Amino acid sequence: MTLLREPLPTTPRGRAMAGLLAVVLWFGLYAGNERAWDWLLHDLLGMDRTSRLSQAVQFFATDAVKITLLLIGIIFIVTVLRSFMSIERTRALLGGRREGLGNLLAGALGVITPFCSCSAVPAFIGFVAAGIPLGVTLSFLIASPLVNEVAVGLLWTMFGWRIGVLYIASGLLVAIIGGWVLGRLRLERWVEPFVFETRLHGQVIDATDGLSFDDRVRMGLEEVRSILLRIWPYLLVGIGLGAVIHGWAPTDLFTHYASASNPFGVLVAVLIGIPLYSNAAGVMPLVQSLYAVGLPMGTLLAFMMAVVALSLPEMILLRRVLKPQLIATYVGVVGTAIVGVGYLFNLVLA
Amino acid sequence: MIIKVLGPGCNNCKALERITREAVHSLGIEATIEKVEDYPTIVGYGVMSTPALVIDEQVVVSGRVPSATHVRELIRASAGNPG
Repeated sequence: MTLLREPLPTTPRGRAMAGLLAVVLWFGLYAGNERAWDWLLHDLLGMDRTSRLSQAVQFFATDAVKITLLLIGIIFIVTVLRSFMSIERTRALLGGRREGLGNLLAGALGVITPFCSCSAVPAFIGFVAAGIPLGVTLSFLIASPLVNEVAVGLLWTMFGWRIGVLYIASGLLVAIIGGWVLGRLRLERWVEPFVFETRLHGQVIDATDGLSFDDRVRMGLEEVRSILLRIWPYLLVGIGLGAVIHGWAPTDLFTHYASASNPFGVLVAVLIGIPLYSNAAGVMPLVQSLYAVGLPMGTLLAFMMAVVALSLPEMILLRRVLKPQLIATYVGVVGTAIVGVGYLFNLVLA
Repeated sequence: MIIKVLGPGCNNCKALERITREAVHSLGIEATIEKVEDYPTIVGYGVMSTPALVIDEQVVVSGRVPSATHVRELIRASAGNPG
C-alpha cells in the first residue's frame, strides 16, 4: 500500500530502467517457471517424476506462479488501457439508443469500460435514471463481468488466441441476446420504483478525466494489488482442485459422464456453475485440468461463463434495485443463453 | 466545510474515508465528514463509480481512491475560496 503511494521514478533514465527491469523480471520468471519447479521437486528434493503426488504438486506450484504472473501482466495493461474510458462516457454514448443496436453497443462498451462489481448498483440506477432502456442497461451489466480481461487473457495464453476470441464473441452474444430478450419482456414493473424516481443533479464528473501518465500507471499497480488480494483464496482452491484432478481423477469417469456426446453435459455444467462464486482466475486451473482429462471445450467455457456471470453475491447486490422476479428471470435468460453457446461451441469445435 | 464520502461501504470507500480524515486532520481545518451510503443520494450527485468525494456539494473525485496528497490539495483549494 505505502509502496504504491511513493512517487514513481522521476528522471527519464530512472523511469526507463524501472520499466525495463519490470519487463525483464516478468519474462524471466515466466520463462523459467516450469524448469525451476521441475528442478526443485525432482533433482533437489528427489521426488519421483512418475508419482501422482509429484505430478499434482508440480501442477500446483507451476500453475500458481504462472497464473499469478499472467494476472499481474494482464490486469496492469488492461487497467492502464481502460483508464482512457469511463462509465460516464459509456452512459453518454448509450444515451438515446434504442434497443437492438443499443444492446450491441452496450455489450461492447461493457467489455472496455473500467468497472467494478461494487459499482453495479449505482451504475444501474445512473443508466436507468438517465433514460437508457432496461434491456440495454442489462446488456452492459451482463457483458461487464462476463467478458473480463482476466478470463480472456488467461484463455488466450493457455488455449491459444482462437479460444480467446471465441470466448469474447460468445460472451458478447450472451450479453446482447440476454439484454435484448429481457428488454422485450417489459420487466420495468419489477425494478424497485425508487430507481425511476432518482433525479440526477449536480455536474457529472468523469472518473478518469485529466489523469497523468503516472496516475494511470499507479492505477494499474493498485488494481493488480487489490485484485490479487481479493481473489487469492479462489485461485488457491481452483489450482488445488486442478492439481487433484491432474494427479488422481480417473479420466474415463469424466469422459463418460460429460463428453460431447452426452446431451446433458452443458446443461449440468451450467447448473453447477450458476451458484458457484469464483472468478475467472479461480476457475481457469479447473478448466485446464478438466480439458486435459477429455471434457469438451464448449462445456467448459459454458461452465466458466456461468461461474463468472451469475453468482449469489451479485444477485444479492442487485436485489437492492431489482425485485426477486426480475432476478429470477435474469438468471433464467442469461443461463439459457450460456447453455446455448455451450452447445454451439461443442458443435463448432468438434 | 462539509465533506462527504460517497460509497456503499466497499474497501475503496473505507480507504477514501480514512485518507480524507487524515487530510483534514493534517491540514487542521474545521470540517465535518459525512459518509453517504444510500444509492439514490449517491447517484443524485451524478456519481456512478464509487467511491466519490464531495466537498461543499461539489463532486471533486469519482471512481477511484486518490492519493493523500491529491486529497489535501483538493481540500486546501476549497478552503481557500469559500462559497
